[in-house]
Amino acid sequence: MAVAVTGRRPKRRLSPAFILILPSIIFMLALFAWPMVSGVAQAVWSPDGFTMAYVDRMLADPSFWQAVRNTLLLVVVLLPLQFALALVMALLLQARPKGTGFYFYLWAIPLAVSDLAAGLVWLSIFTDRGYLNSLLDAFGVGPVSWLSFENYGSMFFAIVLAELWRATSLVMVIVVSGSQGIPKDYDEAANVFGATYLQRLRHVWLPLLKPSLQVALILRTILAFQTFAVAQALTGQDFQVLVGETYRWYTALQNPHVASALALVVMVVSMVAAVLYLRLLREETGSGNR
Amino acid sequence: MSTPTRVNTKPLKRLRRQRIAIQVACLAVTAFMVVPIYLIALAAFSSRSALNEFPQRFFPSAFSTETMSTFLSSTGVVPGLINSIGVGIATLVLSLFVGAPAGYAIARFAFRGRNNYQLFLLFTRALPIVVLSVPLAQLFLTVGVYDTPLAVTLLHTALALPTTILLTAAVFLAVPVDAEEAARIFGCTPVGAFLRVVLPLALPGVAAASIFTFVMSWNEVLGATILTLNQRTLPAQVLSSLSDSPLAFRFAGGFFLIVPAVVFIAVMRKYLLNMWGTTIR
Amino acid sequence: MAEINIQNLVKTYPKGTERATDDVSLQVNEGEFMVLLGPSGCGKTTLLRMIAGLELPDSGSISVGDREVTYLPPNQRNMSMVFQSYAVFPHRKVRANIGFGLAMRKMPKAEIEKKVAWAADLLEMTPYLDRFPAQLSGGQRQRVAVARAIVVDADVMLMDEPLSNLDALLRLSFRAKLKKIVEHIDMTTVYVTHDQVEALSLGDRVAVMRAGRIVQLGGPLEVYDHPADMFVGGFIGSPPMNFLDGTLVSGPEGTQLRIGDSMIEAPTGAPEGKTKVGIRAEAIQLTDASAKGTIPARIDVVEPLGSSILLTVEVGQHEIKVQVPADHPVRSGDEVHLRLAPESIRLYDPETGLGWDLR
Repeated sequence: MAVAVTGRRPKRRLSPAFILILPSIIFMLALFAWPMVSGVAQAVWSPDGFTMAYVDRMLADPSFWQAVRNTLLLVVVLLPLQFALALVMALLLQARPKGTGFYFYLWAIPLAVSDLAAGLVWLSIFTDRGYLNSLLDAFGVGPVSWLSFENYGSMFFAIVLAELWRATSLVMVIVVSGSQGIPKDYDEAANVFGATYLQRLRHVWLPLLKPSLQVALILRTILAFQTFAVAQALTGQDFQVLVGETYRWYTALQNPHVASALALVVMVVSMVAAVLYLRLLREETGSGNR
Repeated sequence: MSTPTRVNTKPLKRLRRQRIAIQVACLAVTAFMVVPIYLIALAAFSSRSALNEFPQRFFPSAFSTETMSTFLSSTGVVPGLINSIGVGIATLVLSLFVGAPAGYAIARFAFRGRNNYQLFLLFTRALPIVVLSVPLAQLFLTVGVYDTPLAVTLLHTALALPTTILLTAAVFLAVPVDAEEAARIFGCTPVGAFLRVVLPLALPGVAAASIFTFVMSWNEVLGATILTLNQRTLPAQVLSSLSDSPLAFRFAGGFFLIVPAVVFIAVMRKYLLNMWGTTIR
Repeated sequence: MAEINIQNLVKTYPKGTERATDDVSLQVNEGEFMVLLGPSGCGKTTLLRMIAGLELPDSGSISVGDREVTYLPPNQRNMSMVFQSYAVFPHRKVRANIGFGLAMRKMPKAEIEKKVAWAADLLEMTPYLDRFPAQLSGGQRQRVAVARAIVVDADVMLMDEPLSNLDALLRLSFRAKLKKIVEHIDMTTVYVTHDQVEALSLGDRVAVMRAGRIVQLGGPLEVYDHPADMFVGGFIGSPPMNFLDGTLVSGPEGTQLRIGDSMIEAPTGAPEGKTKVGIRAEAIQLTDASAKGTIPARIDVVEPLGSSILLTVEVGQHEIKVQVPADHPVRSGDEVHLRLAPESIRLYDPETGLGWDLR
């Protein structure tokens, strides 16, 4: 697998580039490729050979379907909200109000917060004796059991809010970074030629932002399917999600096979989503090459 | 031009109103982002009795370290803290060690398969951690590395590697090749040129990448939990004891987990945009 | 097409106390091609952007036709503009780019197509209508920008150094094309440039700007032949105007000009005493014999330019440029005599640099 380095006389020994990237390739193959293969094997291989028993067991569990439903709902609700909020935040910053740098710093903080920490932060707000109920009490509204397993809607709401708080910053930073690469001239030209603010957003800003948005969309979708610690921190096992189920089968139920099967489900769904996005976004005629 | 024209200042007034509206919107968003952090800090620094009150006070009545000290003295917390720091630093070092050379190769050599290699890296970034953790746990069990900080370090390094490679590649690209070549003409070996010319110029960017890796490792929950039993990192410790721990414990834990984030973003402000700008390409 | 009336426009730089435009007033007539000329930092681009609405003045007014537009947002001013960087949208085809202004004005599709075809034809871009800007050269993108600007039926067309990013040869050919197009479409145009050759060749009138003020406003020939002050004389023309120290003395033969030890014929109308003498390189002739009214000089550098010869000549402690025909026999080191054509001599106040109007 000797690769040629441009512009040098032909070498017999391996090129320096290859030597430099070799450790990383070994590392990744050992820690990515091998576990993937092993994971598939663990889900469908028993001492007696190929088997669907684990998959069947996974499918038979009612919690599984609940988890599927919950995770899908989360992704479908969360993603549009996050992107809308991130775009609004980026547009606000683009108007360069006083304190732009300060705002950017504060708004970017949640992106470095772990999902567990985010869950715990919002736990302090949503818990029965927490800050939200304390606030409502000041208005005479009775305490609400936001995180009770009987209140599916409010559990969902709490998780969405916590994830919105934590993960939108990432999208915002990507959008801001992307829009910094758009020269001001385009917006000015569109303005002089009669485009209103909304028309400029539609005809100039959003189209030129597409590459950044694409990356952000794929990343966020895959990550959204893996929502776990937030739900765990806020609702324990009451709000089931796919990765939460994986965790449960592995630790509490001590069954690594079904856990692997679940992990595979997550992976397949993520890959399908990613491929779907790429296909959809590439279908729009290739434009905007710079 | 004897009589000056009457100027219509209505558009100007409308512009001013718009700017005020933007400020208000910014403040609202800032409140959404910042108030929860304030609240968790408040909770972490309230005494246990204060936490049991209802309704909760929004302003600190008394600053108490009771919750924090209880948290820190709980079993497994301080070891977890030590493990987290250790794993973070080890991940940082290892991923730089393995990743920086690869980043250098991408930046300096136009080797065949470079694009494929970069695509491969981007692809692996999108891989779910959960898919890796369960089989890796089995693998480490057989090798005998299970339930050690090393296991977590390996996992975290694998997760950090793609980002590290792409980030360092961007950093090295920013160092002009001419400087390196000049050093070599003046007698340096390739390694010497790297150490003397490239490294000093690349240091800020590499430092940013390292801190990014550290925070990512600090925050990682799922893998760390699955790969360890007794030698847990802090997030793993907090997660596994979630159901048994009192609220105060959880609040203190949350606060502790957040602190590096706030510090990290403060330090990395300048690099944030550059990092995301370059890795997208 | 409409006239532009600018009154007392003041804009201060955001960071400090310096004024980008210092109480500038200007009237551009209907259908006129007005050039704003000056060195970088003189305020010409700021003035243009204020006309466009991309920047707002601190005080003063701008009217287009009978509409007062001083603080109106750009999209309500019915103008079109060619940017220095062209600002051609990379994600739309050439066709959509050219028709952008029309689409924003909600014109029906069939009409847009017709107009786009007309503009593309005028700028020889018809075969490229379905390409993307990335597939075009810089010069072609510039033509798209111009097409986009002329296709709109705007009151005013603004141009911000549109030729400065082209290489020298393209610049020359496109300058002529631009002049033809502008004459054809007959739009009120304001054109910003730092290149005085462009200004003289394209403009109906030229406003020479410096440090936020208009120092001279007039037709190209006027500005070239009768610079209002030493700055204008030194800025316009290649080579720039020569300036020598001299003294006006009145004597029995009328007013004469003493330069060094020589007395030469002088134009009338300026007060006696010290003065700065301005004269262009092509208005100086070489004579061999020491005839009356000439100045002795020594040739220092000879630069054959093909169509003429540019000489650097020492006169006393001055160093000036003289232009002579290409076949004139000259050598470096020659001692010669210069004859300054009196009708081309311009006199300036040595204190203020302002010219004495000698007509």
